[in-house]
Amino acid sequence: MSAKLTVVRSGALTTVQDAGRRGHAHLGVPRSGAMDAPAMRLANRLLGNDPDAAVLETTLTGCALRPDHGVTVVAGGAPCPVTVDGRPVAWGAPVHVPAGALLNLGAVTAGVRTYLAIAGGVAAEPVLGSRSTDLLSGLGPAPLREGDVLPLGTPVRQPALPGAAPWPAPPAQLVLPLRLGPRVDWFTPAALRTLTSATYRVSPHSNRIGLRTEGPPLERESTAELPSEGMVLGAVQVPPDGRPVVFLHDHPTTGGYPVIGVVAEVALASAAQAPVATPVRFTLG
Amino acid sequence: MTEDRLLQVRPAGQHALLVQLPDAERTGAFHAELLRRRAAGTLPPVAEIVPGARTVLLDGVPDPGELARRLADWDVPSRPADDGGVVEIHVRYDGPDLADVAALWGIGTGEVAARHSSYTYRVAFCGFAPGFGYLTGLPPHLNVPRRDTPRTRVPAGAVALAGPYSAVYPRATPGGWQIIGTMPDPAPLWDLTRAEPALLTPGTRVRFVAEDGAA
Repeated sequence: MSAKLTVVRSGALTTVQDAGRRGHAHLGVPRSGAMDAPAMRLANRLLGNDPDAAVLETTLTGCALRPDHGVTVVAGGAPCPVTVDGRPVAWGAPVHVPAGALLNLGAVTAGVRTYLAIAGGVAAEPVLGSRSTDLLSGLGPAPLREGDVLPLGTPVRQPALPGAAPWPAPPAQLVLPLRLGPRVDWFTPAALRTLTSATYRVSPHSNRIGLRTEGPPLERESTAELPSEGMVLGAVQVPPDGRPVVFLHDHPTTGGYPVIGVVAEVALASAAQAPVATPVRFTLG
Repeated sequence: MTEDRLLQVRPAGQHALLVQLPDAERTGAFHAELLRRRAAGTLPPVAEIVPGARTVLLDGVPDPGELARRLADWDVPSRPADDGGVVEIHVRYDGPDLADVAALWGIGTGEVAARHSSYTYRVAFCGFAPGFGYLTGLPPHLNVPRRDTPRTRVPAGAVALAGPYSAVYPRATPGGWQIIGTMPDPAPLWDLTRAEPALLTPGTRVRFVAEDGAA
């Protein structure tokens, strides 16, 4: 008899995420998956879960859940107050939630996205090999709503990491190392200097599809229309307004604006935790 | 000069290459060759092979530099016009933009069905939504612009045109294409119960079959 979680408060945006779905981009299916993948994996490993077991990804305001059986959970990623029936419990370490108790993840105190891993993982129905919610194309489970009931998997009880784990602090400044290409030749030399010297800021229009920025526009050498082409995770696409957009996990698989460079995947976890107005620097490397 | 270089390989981050080709036909041929080599087990590991209009993205490549060097030696045979099966899509040519398209084509509204269904199309690439294929095959003089104002909702099954492309909307979305008809049962366009959920995968040939508008 597997446990279930009832959603008491869904928060601003809470989704189910795992490692995402790969191998279907040619059909127009985004990769999706946890935006701060290292946080998801660490939370899972602290429980002895498969590192890529499905977790909940919250956005800024947390969520509240009630299990129908006792469960063990870890909240990691963006720090936030965690309570069980109103009593403060540990963030970033395993916590037991008794049957019927209310687990609350409060608003983040830093960062953007808190990951809630549950022993056994969230057992939502996989779609194309993944349980991830894909907000661009609507694949996978819908974002949580109050009253939803989430099935949980059976805890596997693999050896868990010892309790004290180092969680990286959310970034005060986002430094995004990028490799130039594939369309760097569509931009003026001045645009390249601007990109690597100016300070941008995270735009409030950022989401799981892309980290939008505010800052000086990048001037194009060519005003030609780019025929649609495949886009990679971390691609820095420059739309007509000239402000770079870093493609994140729910990004469209093809696009028609030139990509000036690609941010290393390892840097995208910090992008997932950068609140609105965080300074952004692009560096070559 | 690069004019006789078929493949232009562009970097796309640490794990990907964007290969550009001179035109849609050779892009399709290169894509077909990639799939042939992957099936034969002679392609290095690639997680995603994503065709575009003039490009193929190779993503999830452990060593892009090595793959780029190997691509330089490739001989890409042209693709026979009749390779692979043909998917037939039944269409009621009853779209709201039928008269506009007829005017752009310089023919009567009643002639659009016969004209549009007289060609054999091919899925050049997918994007925009799962299972949304961009079909080439219309001759250049029949290319039409997008609508000035996109619709907030284009229904599933809408058969529509924009630029050189024809498409069938797998589900309702906003859209700016010129709608010329309706696929009466669009469910097969994207069906997650099938091993291959998309009906219109890149490279697939497509024929539109005009249905009588009177039901």
